[in-house]
This record gives sequence, C-alpha cells and structure tokens, in this order.
Amino acid sequence: MTGIALPDLFARRFVSSGGNREPLARAALVLLAVVAGLTMLVSLAIGPIAIPVLELLPHMPGRVLAASAGAPEGVSARDWIVVTEIRLPRVVLGALVGAALAVAGAVMQGLFRNPLADPGIVGVSAGAGLGAALFIVLGNTALASVMAILGIYAVPLAAFIGGLITTLLLYRIGTRGGITSVATLLLAGIALGALTGAMTGLLVYAADDQQLRDLQFWGLGSLAGSNWEKVASAAPIIGVMLVSVPFLARGLNGLTLGEAAASHIGIRVQRLKNISILLVAAATGASVAVSGGIGFVGIVVPHLLRLTIGPDHKYLLPASALLGAILLIAADTLARTIVAPAELPIGIITAFAGAPFFLWILLRKRGLTGL
Amino acid sequence: MHQFKLAEDPSSSELHVERASVSIGRVQIVQDVSFHAHAGEFVAIIGPSGSGKTTLLKAMTGELSYSGSIRLAGMETGKLSAEYLAQMRGVLPQASQISFPLNVSEVVGLGVIDRRQGRDGRARRIRDALAKVGLHGFEGRSYQELSGGEQQRVQLARVLCQVWEPVADDGNPRWLFLDEPVSSLDIKHQYQIMQLAAGYAAAGGGVVAVMHDLNLTAAFADRILVMKGGKRLSFGGRDEVMQADLLSEAYDFPLALTRSGESDVPLVVPGGGSVR
Ligand SMILES: Nc1ncnc2c1ncn2[C@@H]1O[C@H](COP(=O)(O)OP(=O)(O)O)[C@@H](O)[C@H]1O
Ligand SMILES: [Mg+2]
Repeated sequence: MTGIALPDLFARRFVSSGGNREPLARAALVLLAVVAGLTMLVSLAIGPIAIPVLELLPHMPGRVLAASAGAPEGVSARDWIVVTEIRLPRVVLGALVGAALAVAGAVMQGLFRNPLADPGIVGVSAGAGLGAALFIVLGNTALASVMAILGIYAVPLAAFIGGLITTLLLYRIGTRGGITSVATLLLAGIALGALTGAMTGLLVYAADDQQLRDLQFWGLGSLAGSNWEKVASAAPIIGVMLVSVPFLARGLNGLTLGEAAASHIGIRVQRLKNISILLVAAATGASVAVSGGIGFVGIVVPHLLRLTIGPDHKYLLPASALLGAILLIAADTLARTIVAPAELPIGIITAFAGAPFFLWILLRKRGLTGL
Repeated sequence: MHQFKLAEDPSSSELHVERASVSIGRVQIVQDVSFHAHAGEFVAIIGPSGSGKTTLLKAMTGELSYSGSIRLAGMETGKLSAEYLAQMRGVLPQASQISFPLNVSEVVGLGVIDRRQGRDGRARRIRDALAKVGLHGFEGRSYQELSGGEQQRVQLARVLCQVWEPVADDGNPRWLFLDEPVSSLDIKHQYQIMQLAAGYAAAGGGVVAVMHDLNLTAAFADRILVMKGGKRLSFGGRDEVMQADLLSEAYDFPLALTRSGESDVPLVVPGGGSVR
C-alpha cells in the first residue's frame, strides 16, 4: 500500500471538501498540456546534432500544415532538415501513438471493467500486427491490387481489422453476463496472442530481407523511420478516436456500476460497447501499423491517473492522451540517445518500465479481491 | 420524441403486470404473475429465497425480457428505451459492485441524469441525497472502503438523485424499484430507509420493493405480493396478506402473528400456525 500513499495523499489534500475531484483534475489537465509541450521541445532539441529549437519554432507550424520544404531565411539548412524531416515527424508520431495507446487502454479498461485490460496485454496488438504484417510481406505480390487502391492506408486498415477481430473474439470469450474475469481475459489474451504471433511467424518464410527487418520491428516496437507519410496515415484514424472519445465518458462512468445499472440510468449499453470496441481497435491498429508493438503504455498511464485525479472518464480520457504522449516522446528520446549512435527499440524501454508496474497492479489487486 | 400520456389518464399512474413470465435460458423462473400497483402506494414483494422476486423485479425494470405484459404508465416496459425508462423510474439492485475506485459523491453523481442541473445544483442534489440516507459528509470517502450497509445506502442515494421528485414536471409519477433495500442495514437505518421509501410513495411516487423482513413489510407496505416457486401465491392489502396460515404456507414454516401494545401493526413470530 505504500506505493499509492503519495499520490493518494496528494489527492486527499487537494480535495479538502465535498469529495469533488474535478478542480484537481482540471488543474492536472492544464499541467499535463504544458508538460507535453515542453517534452516535445526538448525532444526536438536533443540528438547527435543540438538544435536551437526555440529559434526554429515560429517556422514549424508552416511546415506541418503546408508541407513547405526549404529552410526559411536565417536558419541553417542542415538544422532545418534535421528538425522538420527527421525529428518533428517522429515527435508528432510519438505523440499520436502515445495518446492512442493510453486512451485505448483506458477505454478498454472501462469497457471490460478491469484495470488490467490493455490492447497489448490481451492480444489486440498482436492481432493488429498480423494484419499489418500481411501487407508488409504480401503487399507487393498477393495483395498488390488492394495495396494499389488503399495506398498508405492499407497497412493501418489491415491492422485495424486484425485488432477488431481479436477484440471481438476476446469480448466473446472473456465476458459472461457483462462481467469479465481477469483470469479468463488474460488467458484468452495469451492464447490469441500466441495464435496471431504464430501466423505472423509463418509470414517470415514469405518475406525477403528488407521485409524481415521490417517485421522484426513489429516485435519490439520502434518509432525509427518515422516520416510525414506515416504521420499522414495514422493521424486521421487516431484523430477521429481522440475527438470522439469524450462522448464515451458518461457511458464508461455508468458502466463502472455494471451493465444493468448503467442501463437503469439511461445509458444505451450495447451501442456504447460497439463504439468502444471500434475505437480501441482503430486506434490500436493505427498505432501498431506505424510503430509496431509498443507495450504497457495503456496500462501504466490510466492507472497512474486514476490514483491521482480519480477514475472519472471525463478527465481520465483526455489526461491519458496527454500523459501517453508525454511518456512516449520521453521514452523515444531516451531510446535514440542512450546508446547513440545506435538506437534501442522504444518497446524495450516501455517494457522495462511497464512490466514491473503491471506485476505490481496484479499483486495489489490480488491482495484486494483474490482475483 | 416520446409523448407522455396525460396525467388524468388513470393508467398513467399505474404499474400493470399481467400474466408475466420470465425465462432465463430454457428455465422458466417466473410464471404467470399478475398484479397491479398505483403510484402513491408502497408495494412489497415477499416470499422465500429463490421464489423469483428479483427475477420479477428485473423484468419490471426492463433488464430481463418477459412474456405477458408489464405496463408502466400505460406503456410496455420491454419496448421503452433505456433513456426513456431512466426518466421515469430508478432501480436499486440487490448487490452493487463498482469496478473502479470512485468516491461516494462520484457514485451518487452518476444518478444525476438531469442535464439541466448545473455544477452547483448537482453538488447540492448529491449532498441532499446523502443526507436523506443518513450519510451526511460521506462525499469524499472511497466507496470501496465502506461497509456493506453504507454502500447500499450510497446506491440508494444514487437512485434517489435519478428520480428526485416523486412526481415529474408533467404530472406523471415516478417509480422506485428496490431489491431488498434494507437487508444489510442495522435497525435504525432500516426504519430510516423504510420511512424514506414510504414518504416517496406518500408524496405521489410509486414504490415497489422486494422485502426480506416480514415485520418491516407489515409496518410499511400498503399492498403485498407473495411469491412462491416463481408463481404468485397471493396479492392484496396488508391485512389480507398478513395472515398466519398464508405466510406459513409461503415460507413452509409455521408462523404466527401477534400484536405488541396498542400498535395496529402485526408482528410475525415463529410457531403456532399450521403448515399446509
Ligand atoms: N441468471 C440465472 N440463471 C439461472 N437461474 C437463475 C438466474 N437467476 C436466478 N435464477 C434462479 O431463479 C430462481 C429465482 O431467483 P431470484 O429471482 O433471484 O429469487 P429471489 O430474489 O426470490 O431470492 C432461483 O432458483 C435462482 O437460482
Ligand atoms: Mg433476490
């Protein structure tokens, strides 16, 4: 219990009267937004070449929106290229993926009524990975015609479908009468993850060298190779998710009472579940398509936030987006500097930090409920 | 959108259950139950455990599908949307677990579905509801760390927030469906909550409560439905139903009625009556 004492105490201090945690939550959102901005700036500045980010800052919105190439006047061409073509797309992609993973985790936990549900842990990411791998390996041969029609959206779309099928299967297997058992969910996730992993493994035999390297990146998760095209392929899907998720807050709050009671207070439970599943699969698919299997963000972020600002989804969901973006950009900055000039896959860093955290939640929960 | 029936229409203030049957899977759990209740009355459902009380209540609240007819304010409840039903009735389930560490005011606040309430109105409603169930000042407590009886009262406060006025603005009564609302409470809070429910009925709302305790039922219910083996054993006014032989038959156990002092409320005690 000592582990939660600090944030808990902080929350209790802040909420002196009435049990209203909303002022605290609103303050946390502002704080997180500021920190997110700072993290982005720091990440842009750090690297083999130190960049005077603040000088370049005023010119960047133009690059993001208008895709105008060429360094503005008074800016070193090298700095400009490094920032706009290498670091900026990577930071933007990191922010999108971090936000998507954290929010997908929070939504899935609300839906399954279980703080351990996460697309990575229960095999949804593996399903999405299979979808993406299909197109990476067969995109030039068997699936070339589909690839021609869908272009840069083929891989995210395939990942979405793979994630969706896995989520639906999980929901079928892991939930009885609206109640998910932790054990069933995790075991079903392991089985589905193993199955989709094996199918992805089969694709290795059909892959050439370049594709093999690309495939390996799925296993570990990495933001290396980020470019504006990847941003463009993931941003619409993740953007739709981030915009629509606030509308789920009341429903997910009601669902904490259970499906029956949620329906009693007027929530259309079936519709809520359908939309949540679609959004989780879409966001997971888009993230996996551009960055592979980055794990644990969806577990760690919502859990930390519930301990500090409370479980109200009205604040939990946007705060998860911000904290997810912050943590992923920070982890990625670490990943590309810690063993420079080489690079660690970011998934290794999130796993090192996240897996012990997951175990800690599991042990704490077992102490409370006997699982 | 939906149009409420005019308040003068007598059916608008009634709950009509006609030959209702409920099956879960292939097993028929409630068979052919009929009764009706008026807003303004406290109707108790009694009967031994497993007699189908909860199942019948779930059919009435729209949670389980049924055959036959269950009409609230003249409308078949099985056909009403969750949103519409939520405006006209609140439901206290028999057991309530929550999945995340909400505090008490957050749980109660889930019942404030009236979007016209501003932030202050909301906070006031939560505070008033907690005061009504005897939990003044519990707002910031963690729900999961409360005792069973306290949790039950928090849930009742949530339900009260949802159907705060016993009679809606359009003149139609609202309904409380309560599944064993006092079964895990101490005697003081049992009386407090029963008085609260009876007061809701007296103010024009409808109350249907599954009851465990026969003496509390005798003290507060206007009409009583007795269930046995998924069927209706009896339905009638309190004095009709509170009979030694009828209760003994319902519970398969000899029960007798006595009266204490000048009170006109009968007390149910073991022994005396014959078991049929
Ligand atoms: N979901 C269910 N599946 C199968 N049987 C059930 C289910 N719910 C209740 N029952 C059975 O229906 C009968 C009536 O249950 P219930 O309505 O809960 O009784 P009561 O509330 O009167 O104690 C019991 O025999 C119970 O075992
Ligand atoms: Mg029951």
